[in-house]
Amino acid sequence: MEIIVDQDKCTAGGLCVMAAPEVFDQRDEDGIVVLLDANPPAGHHEAVREAVMICPAAAIRLKEDR
Amino acid sequence: MNGVLVIGASVGGLTVVEALRRKGYGGHIRLVGDEPHLPYDRPPLSKEILTGRWPIERALLRDREQLDDLDVELDLGRRAEQLDLEARTVCLDDGRHLRYDSLVIATGLAPRPLPFQPAVAGIHTLRTVDDALALRRELPTARRVVGIGAGVLGCEIAAAARSLGRQVTLIDPLSVPMARQIGGELGARIAAMHQRRGVHLRMGAGVCGFNSVNGRIGAVELADGEVVPTDLAVIAVGSVPATDWLTSSGLTLSDGIACDAYCRAAPDVYAVGDVARWRHPVTGVSTRLENRTNATEQAITVAANILRADRPYTPTPYFWTDQYDTKIQVHGVIAPDSRIRLIEGDAAAGRFVALAESGDTVTAAIGWNHPRGVRTARRRLVMDP
Ligand SMILES: Cc1cc2nc3c(=O)[nH]c(=O)nc-3n(C[C@H](O)[C@H](O)[C@H](O)COP(=O)(O)OP(=O)(O)OC[C@H]3O[C@@H](n4cnc5c(N)ncnc54)[C@H](O)[C@@H]3O)c2cc1C
Repeated sequence: MEIIVDQDKCTAGGLCVMAAPEVFDQRDEDGIVVLLDANPPAGHHEAVREAVMICPAAAIRLKEDR
Repeated sequence: MNGVLVIGASVGGLTVVEALRRKGYGGHIRLVGDEPHLPYDRPPLSKEILTGRWPIERALLRDREQLDDLDVELDLGRRAEQLDLEARTVCLDDGRHLRYDSLVIATGLAPRPLPFQPAVAGIHTLRTVDDALALRRELPTARRVVGIGAGVLGCEIAAAARSLGRQVTLIDPLSVPMARQIGGELGARIAAMHQRRGVHLRMGAGVCGFNSVNGRIGAVELADGEVVPTDLAVIAVGSVPATDWLTSSGLTLSDGIACDAYCRAAPDVYAVGDVARWRHPVTGVSTRLENRTNATEQAITVAANILRADRPYTPTPYFWTDQYDTKIQVHGVIAPDSRIRLIEGDAAAGRFVALAESGDTVTAAIGWNHPRGVRTARRRLVMDP
């Protein structure tokens, strides 16, 4: 799994951080998403998919291996 | 197997489809929407799209490839006209009768018009991307703009118009902007912010008529007799659930589609997003939310319930608004009588986190240019599971 975030689209809700705190964080000053791990281990994949769906700015994309 | 039929191809409807596939649902899914566009997001319409900072493609929720991966039959530009619960069919405006095993209604809202609104040029509402483009076309040449209704949407439109250098008057019968969403004390802050930016606020004022010249708006009349000349008026006085097509369906409609705690309106019929009213099992209150995050969270719950999870829907509401360079985020609900208590940051500097309290209960966490702080403060809400 590869994660791509669009910081210009991000609205700083932090919902991704609530869903997958090991993978996403927010900048201190403006709350914009910071990607901690662009290729997280399988144990985090479900939480990341949840974050993608819940993101209110549709700012997270996934490339999944198939 | 008739599969799942979803009516309304915006964020609520599309998220049901995504969540079903993610949970492994392999049956047929059809997504019907009356707008001709690929599913797009509404929050940017009153922000980046209106100011012209983004082209409209940037507001698309998913691209073609992502939609293809969902293996969903998309019927765009098609309106649902009738629901027959007995026969389990929905009739479309092209005459087709679609059968379903499960039905999801995600038809959202339509702007509430003013009863005395004339059909002349220069009067706008804002709900769809076509509305946003029509307004964006006129904004650069309109010298003066009047915003009618100072709720969240009216405030964002005023901010966008002001950022483009228009003269802006914002009119509302309540005493401060966004009073219903954030109460009097924080509403006064919103008022001050707009005044600092040069918006002319007319609070406590009702609009009672429009003057038009040669088929175009020329002025707005207020109940106290004042006449506000303008080249453009944007009406943002709230919206009504898009349930007109369901009138004869037998579903209970009362300011939205009435649902149980599982977002079920009838056996195998669910409602999602702005159009759905359900009994919140924690607060016990009949609730209908109009925000972006509710649409996705409710959609995820409904997808689970279609697959027989029997999961009650118990969200902590969240909305945000961007006006000028200020981002306001609210988790929870601010009651009209809430006390607002600052817990972090500096109110004078316009960057803080506050709690809304009723008695001993924290009902909301509010962030004012403080996204990280408000996310952390959300933990103090009793509602949060
Ligand atoms: C301009 C604007 C700015 C916003 N900004 C914010 C914000 O900053 N923060 C926030 O939290 N929320 C914001 N919102 C609210 C958020 O966008 C909505 O809560 C969200 O769009 C609701 O999604 P939905 O899928 O329930 O309904 P909608 O997005 O309204 O979608 C319903 C869809 O169903 C279609 N439809 C209706 N009737 C039929 C029919 N009979 N047959 C077929 N299709 C039909 C409609 O055309 C529409 O495409 C904003 C809304 C607007 C309009």
